[in-house]
Amino acid sequence: MTSTPEPAVRTVPLPPSPASGGDGGRSQGGTVRPWPLVRHSLALAGRSLTRTRRNPGVLLDALILPVIFLVLFVYLFGGAVAGSTREYLQYLFPGILVLTTVLAGQISTGLSIVTDMKKGVFDRFRSMPVPRAALLIGSVLADAIRYVIAVVVLFGVGYLLGFRVETDLGSALAAAALAIGFGFSLSWLTVLLAVLLRDETMVSTVGFLLPFPLVFGTSMAAPVETMPGWLRAWAEVNPVSHAIEASQGLLLGGPAAGAAGMTLLWGGIFLAVFGTAAVTAYRRLV
Amino acid sequence: MRPAIQVEGLVKTFGTTTALAGIDLRARPGTVLGVLGPNGAGKTTAIRILATMLRPDAGTVFVDGLDVVRDPVAVRRAIGLTGQYATVDENLTGTENLVLFGRLFDLPRAEARSRAARLLDRFGLREAAGRPAGTYSGGMRRRLDLAASLVGAPRILFLDEPTTGLDPGKREELWQTIRGLADEGTTVLLTTQYLEEADALADEISVIDHGRVIAHDTPAGLKQQVGGQTVVVRPRDPAQAPTAAGVVERAVGHRVEAVRGVVTAPVADEHAFADIVRALEHADVPVTELALRLPSLDEAFFTLTGHPAAAVATTSGRSHDLDA
Repeated sequence: MTSTPEPAVRTVPLPPSPASGGDGGRSQGGTVRPWPLVRHSLALAGRSLTRTRRNPGVLLDALILPVIFLVLFVYLFGGAVAGSTREYLQYLFPGILVLTTVLAGQISTGLSIVTDMKKGVFDRFRSMPVPRAALLIGSVLADAIRYVIAVVVLFGVGYLLGFRVETDLGSALAAAALAIGFGFSLSWLTVLLAVLLRDETMVSTVGFLLPFPLVFGTSMAAPVETMPGWLRAWAEVNPVSHAIEASQGLLLGGPAAGAAGMTLLWGGIFLAVFGTAAVTAYRRLV
Repeated sequence: MRPAIQVEGLVKTFGTTTALAGIDLRARPGTVLGVLGPNGAGKTTAIRILATMLRPDAGTVFVDGLDVVRDPVAVRRAIGLTGQYATVDENLTGTENLVLFGRLFDLPRAEARSRAARLLDRFGLREAAGRPAGTYSGGMRRRLDLAASLVGAPRILFLDEPTTGLDPGKREELWQTIRGLADEGTTVLLTTQYLEEADALADEISVIDHGRVIAHDTPAGLKQQVGGQTVVVRPRDPAQAPTAAGVVERAVGHRVEAVRGVVTAPVADEHAFADIVRALEHADVPVTELALRLPSLDEAFFTLTGHPAAAVATTSGRSHDLDA
């Protein structure tokens, strides 16, 4: 054998050797403990978080895009739409908050699942006693860090530009939490697409395009009364409209409870429908 | 004794492609079953079905006495898998990978940690334990991969071409490890494109081609079937090649010629090789190479099937280096 720079394999016997007796069943994966889905999802989310921590660059898209939209809209159209950029910033910011969390969920969650599915390590997970759903949930949970960071950055930039919350801290936190929850629920749509399409290019294209009709077809950038009939009709049935209305109410004052309730309802529907469909489709891939 | 692996009439098709056309495999507990075949023969498909990652279209598959279709979760608790490519997370360190797999096997955190440390130690990865697996060399990654498949203390281990891409020294090293695992009582199913590898590790070999088992035997039996071995003699002085050819000719009893200074001839038994060694010394022919080689997979396939395996095997670009 040639000399090797790496240390040779040592023949120290491995303590838990099932066939030679010893600790028998215990070594086969310990005692079966409750809540396997929760524990495994959290363990896998930890793995995704470590990956994000080592490559923080993957967070950039979620951070930069909403800020670009905020700056672009305020300074390009603010004067025309609202008479002053200052006033328009107040109007626009709550909508951009929802755009931020929807984009954060759509752009990369599906893509990272497709990339993962093609990786060898997912083969290992699938040959292990891990609930299939945990593989998807772990990935989506870990992306929550994207929402939080993106929302914090957005508020920071908004404040620098002159945005001010017109209600109180509690309402502002509620607006952020509601937007994050909504973006998270809607991200299961891109998870479903990822499982069905299993193609990086298609998933990232759809993930990038999908937020536009959803978030822009609302009162985010301009009151719906100014829109042509067809767009207004869409804005009125569009579930994202409720999220934006709620965000506007919570950050600027005015009625918010009804819109917030509708947002939670739609979030629950997205979670139930897309989440169940994604997990079912994923299980069918075995 | 109940077989550790029992496959009967396994069929799997992808669209119009038949990956497995009804194969039977069987391994006794604590033995190594070699599944030998060229690229595209269906080896990986078979492993993926045995490891519950693909559903069979027809046939029965029992692993550790459990039906992979009816009881996949129980099967997953009993097996370990090492794929053709490294099945670890490149962004995680060696330790993080093994601890994660331990946690997914429901080990308590402390136990997952200590088991990871023991495995890293055993596979000579202690120094590299804190580095992301993406920075490992090919050989280190293979070892980490093998360590990862042992975290759950599997009774049955599937190794899909475990030495593909390794240089000969590293290959030998991994062979030792695999032998050690079998000695400890783990049942191993190993796929390979190398007759040499199957010969070195397996208790029994199933040769598969185009989704069918075309031969099943012990390594010794298989070598007999595929026509034994070849002696190779390279005299130090190429001018002595004809002399060497004469020596070999007398020992093997049929006509032999030297090609570009190398004498190659099939030998029926090991005695002929000893005769050749003695006769070369007697005739004072110093040699730079004197070897007894197994037939290559291509040669073996030609004997078993009457057609060369090369058509599919060469796509790997490395199917002819049995003697590497």
